[in-house]
Order: sequence, then C-alpha cells, then structure tokens
Amino acid sequence: MGEFAQELMSTTDQTLDEILNLAATHFKVPREKLHADDDFFKTLGIDSLQTLDLLTKLENHFRIELPDYELQGVSDFRTLAGKIQARL
Amino acid sequence: MLDLQKYSCLGAALRDALDRFSGEICLIEADRDREKTRLTYSDFKEIALPLARALEDAEFEAGDRAAILMTNQSKWLISAYAIFYCGGVLVPLDYKLTAAEHLQLLAHSKAKVLVVEYYLWRAITQTPDFHNITAKLVLVTEAPLGADLAGGFRWEDFKRKGAPDFVMRQREDVACIVYSSGTGGRPKGCVLTHENYLEQCRALTAWYPFWPGVRYLSILPTNHAIDFMVGFIGPFVCGACVVHLRTLRPEFVRDAFVRYRITYVSLVPMIVKNLERGLRAKIDELPGWKRAVLNRLIALNTMLTRKRPHPRVSRALLPGVHRAFGGELLAVFTGGAFMEPSTMQFFYNLGIPVANGYGLTEAGTALTLNDLKPFRPDTVGKPMPGVELRVLNPNDEGIGEIATRSKTVMSHYLDDPELTLETIVEGWLLTGDLGRFDKTGHLQLFGRKKNMIVTEGGKNIYPEDIENVFDGLPVKEYCILAANYVWPQKQLGRETLIVVLRLEQNQRFDSALLEEVLKRNRRLPDFKRVGGYVIWEKDFPRTASMKIKRQMLGEEISKTLQREAVVSL
Repeated sequence: MGEFAQELMSTTDQTLDEILNLAATHFKVPREKLHADDDFFKTLGIDSLQTLDLLTKLENHFRIELPDYELQGVSDFRTLAGKIQARL
Repeated sequence: MLDLQKYSCLGAALRDALDRFSGEICLIEADRDREKTRLTYSDFKEIALPLARALEDAEFEAGDRAAILMTNQSKWLISAYAIFYCGGVLVPLDYKLTAAEHLQLLAHSKAKVLVVEYYLWRAITQTPDFHNITAKLVLVTEAPLGADLAGGFRWEDFKRKGAPDFVMRQREDVACIVYSSGTGGRPKGCVLTHENYLEQCRALTAWYPFWPGVRYLSILPTNHAIDFMVGFIGPFVCGACVVHLRTLRPEFVRDAFVRYRITYVSLVPMIVKNLERGLRAKIDELPGWKRAVLNRLIALNTMLTRKRPHPRVSRALLPGVHRAFGGELLAVFTGGAFMEPSTMQFFYNLGIPVANGYGLTEAGTALTLNDLKPFRPDTVGKPMPGVELRVLNPNDEGIGEIATRSKTVMSHYLDDPELTLETIVEGWLLTGDLGRFDKTGHLQLFGRKKNMIVTEGGKNIYPEDIENVFDGLPVKEYCILAANYVWPQKQLGRETLIVVLRLEQNQRFDSALLEEVLKRNRRLPDFKRVGGYVIWEKDFPRTASMKIKRQMLGEEISKTLQREAVVSL
C-alpha cells in the first residue's frame, strides 16, 4: 500500500472515530456499543430527522457544510465518514 | 383568486395568475439562512417562457410527457409551468427513490423529457442500466461548470428568445402521471386530468383560502400530491407565495417560520412530533411558577377555541409560542400517515390548528379534511366539497371499506387496465382503507384492507415492491406482508412490514440466516425496511401461475400465530 493511501486511510479512520465519539455523546449511547458498519438508525434508535440533527453537530465539529442529499441512502457510520472526509 | 370553473386546464389558469398577480412575490428560495431567490409572478413568467419556447423548438408537443426529478425548489415549479404551457403531461418523480428506480419509472412513463437536479442525474448516469434511458432530452439543473452531463443540457442555458405558442388543453386531457408506488413489482402510475386538479383546487381553497401575502412553507416533496396542490397550484391561482427550503434541518425549518412569517405549512406526522418534542422540552425547562402560568393560559385558550380557532386570541394569550412560529401561522396540514390525536390536541391547545386530512394519490390530494369547526383530532375530517364517500359492507360497528366518487378521482392507472378495473368499480374508487362516519359526518379511519403500510414520513410502502431485495435468501420460500394486514387492528399506527420465512426441511433459524436477512434488509432505505420476521411451518398457498396467495397466507398466519410471535429485526 502506498504512503498516500495509508495516510488517507488513517485520516478517514480518525474522522470515523470522531463521528462515533460525537454520536455516542449526543445520543447518550456507550461509545463501545458503536461500530463503523453499524446502521445508525438502528443502533442509535433515531429517525431521519434526528439524523439531520446529528449531521448538524458533525458539520459544526468538522466546520464543513453537507447538503441534505449527501445523506440520502447513507445509513452506516463508515459511509458517512467517507462523505465528510471528502469535504474536509 | 381566479374563478377556476372558467378554466379548462392548469396551464391556462397559471398563465392568467402570472398576469393578474404580476407584482406579487410568488417564490422565495432559501438555503439554510441564505436567501437565494425571490421572484415575483412577473419574474417567474420571464424565466419560464424562454424555457417553454426552447421545449417547443425541441419538438415537445401537446400530450408529450416530461418528468421532473428534483427536490423542492423554484426550478421545479418553473419547469412544470413551461411543460403545461406547451400542453405537456407532467410526471413528477420521487427524488428519494434510487437511481435504478428512477430509470424504471422513466421507462414506464415513457417521458420524452427529463428535468433533473445534477446530483440525481449523476447517480442515474452511474447505474449499470443507464444506457437504457428512454428520455430523449435531459435538462440538468445546477450542474457545475464544465461537468460532464452525459448527453444532458444545462437547464440554465436551455432557453430561446421569442414568444412560445400557448397550447390549450381540455378538462378531460391528462395533466399528470403520479406514481403512488411501485418499482419492484407493478408501477402504479395514476393518470390525473386537468379537471381532477382544477376541482381539487376549488374544494381546498374554499375551506382554506390563500390570498396575496399568504406564505406557504413547502417542505413535503413537490412530487407528492399534497405539496403539488397546496405548495404550487393553490397558492399560485390565488396570488400567494411559496417558500422553498433547500434543507430540512429542523433548526433551519424553525428559523424559516419566523423569517418568512409562514401562514400555512404541510407536514408529515414525524416532523409534527419532532416539533412537539422540542416544545415540550422547552416548557419543561421553565421554572415551576412560569410553567404553572403557561398551563393556565393554555387551558384558557383551549376553552376559548373550543368551537373554532381564534388566531388573534391565541396569539395574544400565548405570544411566545406564536412568535416561535412566526406569529402568523393559521394552520398546519397533515395527512397520509397516522397522526396521534394527542399531538394534534397539544398544538391546538396552543392555538396552532393541525388540520388532519385523508386522501390518496388516486383521488387527487384530499378526500376529507378537518374544517376546525370544531377541531376533531380523533377524525380525519369531513368530505371535501364535491366528494362523495360511502362505507362498503359495514360490519356491526359501521366499519367497512371506504369508496369515493368525485371529480378528483384519477382517470386510470397507466397501462394497467386490469388494476384499474379492480380499483374503480362502477365509478367508485375503492380505497382499501377501513373507516366509518360518526354522527357529525366526520370520517374515522380504522386500518387498512390492503397489504401496504404508510410510514410516519408519509411514504406508501407495498411489500411487493421490496420483496426482490430478499432474492437469494437461503430458505425454502419467503414473503413480505404488512403486519396490520395479517393481524388487522381497529386503529391506525404500529405499521410495520414482516418477512414470513418458510425454512427448508431440517433447516434451523440460526445466526448465519439472521445475518442474511439483515444484510438484505440493510440494502433498503431505512423507511422501507422490514421490522420483524415469523417462521411459518407450511408451504405458502400459491396460484396456478405460482404467485403467492397473500391474502390466504395472511389469514392462515393470523389463525395460527399471534402478532406477538413476530421477532423484531
């Protein structure tokens, strides 16, 4: 694996970790219960509106703006991290 | 407002509205807290006519179909008007479907033109079946400069000089083809005429009038029958203004109420409940004495508005609450999905009427609506003017299937005469919903006869449409059913889908099989997912052509198993 690819992977992992931490705090769920490939609707027990709330928190944390449509069809933390990473 | 009895088509009514109300604001579009567009009726016309002319030059003719695939925004309405101006038939598509589903519906509708937002178009071009796209002309909105549009044209550049010829249509001509469901199995394209829309608009505005200065916040997707009527046709023929938000983040929706002093809004129950949670949390945060005072004022307001709403009284008694909603909100419309009466009562007691209604795409927008005289959260209101409703084969409690006859009922299902014959019988549309009338003429709903669910977000989900996602499941056979179809309830709500699994001989339901089910379930958008499973010990009853007899299967299951046998996924 090239150096660049490794670096990219580690920054995505870091983004993912930050998302999981934030989600755990925001929705008061033990951090160890959240995993990258979890369906966040199910794990966090939230609906699509509450997901938009989470998205706002993530935007403020990462200082980016994510259009609503970026979240369409996204239901796991890893894909969400990829979307955020692409805009960092 | 315009006298719609005089008009034979939507295009003519809209054309006159653009002239009559030329100086009024018709559209505001905001992205978060940034206002992007503000158009008068005259501005709207100036943008729409060059588009109509370009469509005309591209040989888009009377009766040709054009699909719109966009989130709520000004270009949606501008494109729709240009299509009607040319005598075209509008096919509004649900932007929340997948790209593959969009391709399917485009093919089914035989749309010649597609107007689409860039991000949705990009997804369509990346599907394996993209080469099968049937639309001949694709107009892409908001594409970045230099983007590869895969044969499409930039919407913003697609305009021609010169006045287009207005194409008049008759009342019985088709105005729209609206898909009430159906991608996986059998697309249900409701063919709605100009008369359907003109009559629906007359009825709605008779009960809830719009006028210049009224501001309607458009949140439900415009492709949906409700927003198309109350977020486009209704306000436009009355000279009112439509506010579009490019985001549905709760905090920006709340801001929009205040910034634009919204008069009306339509919301799905999920959003109303979210607003209720927020308000209740704020009330709970108040110091004890303030909460006590507020509760007394709410009680007083409830008493004074017992017979009908008194917006001025409510605003004077509860100014803080009303300021949070912009101070001019007259009503919140809701329908399509089950709404808890307690939530509606909560808002009504604060002086914010939630007008609950009932309708289906096949019958235009609404068949019944609460007229608030008095407010009845336990019903879906009375029949709208011109709507005949009857309860078929009522049981001892007066509950039976609701059938309707009205000028708002669709002409037929597109290319499906068999389904049309099953659904419209001797002029009566069979709704598949169960209900009864109370002594005051209000309709109460008690569940569904049909195998489908409506989510809290207002989405119709038919099991047949999602069944193919479970293809390859390593079991003998499986079937998706609506839980309430198997175990009918005497109320709405608790709507969920279940997968019925018939295992192979000696097969056990183990963690590997559970993972197979979950893996497939995750492929579905969250609102379409199956909520639980049951193991069924017998072979499924099937027709001669091997189709599952769903009704018979459901009846057999309900005789053998209780609803509690469903294991949550």
